[in-house]
Amino acid sequence: MPAGQVRLENIGKRYGEIWAVRHVDLEIAKGEFYTLLGPSGCGKTTLLRTIAGFVSPDEGAVFLDGDSVTHMPPWRRNLGMVFQNYALWPHMTVFDNVAFGLKERKIPRREIAPRVMEALEQVGLKGTEGRRPSQLSGGQQQRVALARTLVIQPRVLLLDEPLSNLDAKLRQEMRIELLKLQRDIGLTTLYVTHDQEEALTLSTRIAVMNFGKVVQEGKPREIYESPRERFVADFVGKSNLFSGTIIRSLDGLLEIHTEEGFEIKAAPPPGDQSPRESHKVLLYVRPEAIELVESVDEPPKLNRITGRVAASAYQGSLVEYEIESAERIIKVNETNPKGKPLFQRGDEITVTFAAEDVGILSE
Amino acid sequence: MAKSEAVPAFVSGIRLDWRQAGILFALLALLTFFILVPIVRVLWVSLSDGEGGLTLVHFANFFRRPLFRESLWNSLVAGLLVVFFGSLIAVPLAYLSVRYDFKGKILVNTLATLPLVIPPFVGAVALQLILGRSGTINLLLMRWFDMSIPFMEGLTGVVLVQTLHFFPFIMLNTAVSLSNIDPSLEEMAQNMGCHGLRLFRRVTLPLMLPGFIAGCLLTFIRAVDDLGTPLMLNYKNLLAPQAYLRITTIGIDDVDGYVICVILVAISLGSLLVARKYLSLSEYATLHQGTAVARPVTGMKRLAILLFCGLVLSLSLLPHIGIVILSFAKIWSFSLLPTTYTLDNFTEILVRAPHFVKNTLLYTILAAGLDVFLGAIIAFLLIRSRVWGRNVLDAVATLPIAIPGVVLAVGYLRVFHGWDFPGLGAPLTSTWIILVVAYTVRRLPYTVRASYAALQQVHISLEESAQNLGANRLRTFAKVTLPLISGGLVAGGLIAFMTNCVELSSTIMLVPRIESGPISYGIYIYMQSPLGRAAGAALGVVAIVMVSIGTYLTYRVFGGRTGSAFRM
Repeated sequence: MPAGQVRLENIGKRYGEIWAVRHVDLEIAKGEFYTLLGPSGCGKTTLLRTIAGFVSPDEGAVFLDGDSVTHMPPWRRNLGMVFQNYALWPHMTVFDNVAFGLKERKIPRREIAPRVMEALEQVGLKGTEGRRPSQLSGGQQQRVALARTLVIQPRVLLLDEPLSNLDAKLRQEMRIELLKLQRDIGLTTLYVTHDQEEALTLSTRIAVMNFGKVVQEGKPREIYESPRERFVADFVGKSNLFSGTIIRSLDGLLEIHTEEGFEIKAAPPPGDQSPRESHKVLLYVRPEAIELVESVDEPPKLNRITGRVAASAYQGSLVEYEIESAERIIKVNETNPKGKPLFQRGDEITVTFAAEDVGILSE
Repeated sequence: MAKSEAVPAFVSGIRLDWRQAGILFALLALLTFFILVPIVRVLWVSLSDGEGGLTLVHFANFFRRPLFRESLWNSLVAGLLVVFFGSLIAVPLAYLSVRYDFKGKILVNTLATLPLVIPPFVGAVALQLILGRSGTINLLLMRWFDMSIPFMEGLTGVVLVQTLHFFPFIMLNTAVSLSNIDPSLEEMAQNMGCHGLRLFRRVTLPLMLPGFIAGCLLTFIRAVDDLGTPLMLNYKNLLAPQAYLRITTIGIDDVDGYVICVILVAISLGSLLVARKYLSLSEYATLHQGTAVARPVTGMKRLAILLFCGLVLSLSLLPHIGIVILSFAKIWSFSLLPTTYTLDNFTEILVRAPHFVKNTLLYTILAAGLDVFLGAIIAFLLIRSRVWGRNVLDAVATLPIAIPGVVLAVGYLRVFHGWDFPGLGAPLTSTWIILVVAYTVRRLPYTVRASYAALQQVHISLEESAQNLGANRLRTFAKVTLPLISGGLVAGGLIAFMTNCVELSSTIMLVPRIESGPISYGIYIYMQSPLGRAAGAALGVVAIVMVSIGTYLTYRVFGGRTGSAFRM
């Protein structure tokens, strides 16, 4: 892998007594769409602003294209940024907003207009150049903010929750547009969001953050399918978590007794040194990996737990169930419910899932 | 029951419209009578040819007289100079206080309120003693270097006093605008490669213009309107003192006085119109998220900031120091400091002639109460009702901002003089009630704005949910609306109280008898004779204390956002 275009080395930033981020190392390669994913207050925005130069770290160093920029002021870094609230200058027209960065770069006057128009066309906003930001819709403002940033051909594009102020439908559209645009231009992008769906669709790589640290880094599939920590398993997608003890190893499967008294068989993590007997482990099962059957007699999968339906919510493309068993709630998502029976609250039911769908986390 | 409550918004809305329309009509009639009629009368006199026709001959006469031409020119120049020098002090201070965090910042914030507590004409007297021809500084200069500097002579003195008094208006308004700028707007520009002075010119300055312009406008109008300062400094070649002198010395029928009044109003309205373009933009840069973080400064930079603040502070403190010393002086004349000290001055004004203080309290509290009452109703009609004519009401209620006190007073004298007011048995101008009326009218725009701003914060759904839970309109207002807007109401009332405590422009013309005069009038009378000056200063100290208490309370109510009280 070539040297990262953006590299953070042991970054730490403290506000008073509290470290907003600490001991963060990461490397983003050229052309990547890299996402910082985490709940609010996890330090993801602080990290983005450290790269942009608005936050000067108390520890560590920031490198761009191999050069340390830790103490370089923001205006010399040539990074493009899109703020959550777009930060369009209300006293300038759309044209002047987009032309701003070009003027700062002393681009000859006659080149500015064509480049501004090109950028506006790129985001589908031709014809709005004479308007004020306040005369545009939220989605249009978002595009202007993007055009304003792209027109200066920045080294890296920094996006701080850019879609969070749009309504659900527009957010979907913009997500796809953003994806196409980024892949077309091949611009290295750092994206900050708390929305796991956004992160999974857009990114080439994701860093999940919590309490100022990167807890797991990887491709979207790795993050979703093999979370390494309880936080990741629960924050990216939903999980049913069980703590238990390994009883024995049998036919290449581990048999685990959970605290609730369930017996669960799980496939040991691939390539991993098998956790030994009597070890405490944390298990997770995704709700969509679980099936519901009416009778215990013909279980299609190895693991089964009997229970009672506590709640069900029909959502069209799936049905969300909550199954109560041994004072626990097990979340089950039945996808493609068409033709399947719809269970009601109080129905006796059996929950079943494969040993391969049980994940083992180091606690 | 459920049915009848299901659609109350529309049903009761229509039914209540008539009641609201009635209130609106009554208010309009009241305000027309006490605001529009006097102004129109002044305008009419200046345009009338005495036989029912219209003529511009009086205006032509005005421009033919060199004294009037000079006064007009002086007023404009003085106003602009006050704005210019005021900005030189105020803009850096506003920027420092909003953008930097340093030890001693309290100094900057003190600067914002200190000059406001001392009426300009009181400050004029004090500065005369310190910087005047035979004041402390010039006596020292004479002794050491055999020279003197005419700080207080003529127009220079007026501009100096007014600059020191009015710069907080520019500072407070600019600071509010500055702190409302969303920090991401500047960060974005930095991200684009813009920084330093360029960043200030291209992004910060345009975004803070609304507040800055509002402050400048307020300062300009107040400076042109200011009658007390030139009178105290005995400089008469300005419009306000000219209008005053024409009416008081030549008489109520002197047409020139009315022409000057109309020109004063024209200047105020003209500058309002010019500034409107910028004021209407004030919506546009409000904070969306986060707060502007003040950067900490230390070392040399901090030293430089403190030096600058210290210099301005000591200059703007001079009037306060002077007036306090004078109030304890037996005689202070042609000496660096008074030679003997005494408490007699306070005995004089508190025991022997206590009516000045008593009158002030009576008039200002009455006026503030009326202002709060009227302001709340007007704001309610403006925001919550759909009655036709709301805009007219708004315009008339806001008009007094642009009407100089002298002009209003002249209008009242013209309308009410020699006409027995119904139910009073005497002309309104022969009783102290006229002062309460003038005070109420002049400060009404403040309480309307304060109530308007407060009520705007109360989302209609808060009231609707109270009604939904069974509270009728009156109970909803008492239990929900009133507690939520009471802060704004009290603040507006305090502003009215404070500014009226030291009102002189209309007071000086409307006081019917010396015994009904308030503090400001008392100060003016005492200051006429060298022997009374110290007693006048003691009254000044009382005024300062009253205004200080008002400022402190406003500060408490507004929770540190005193600036919003002085916004346009």
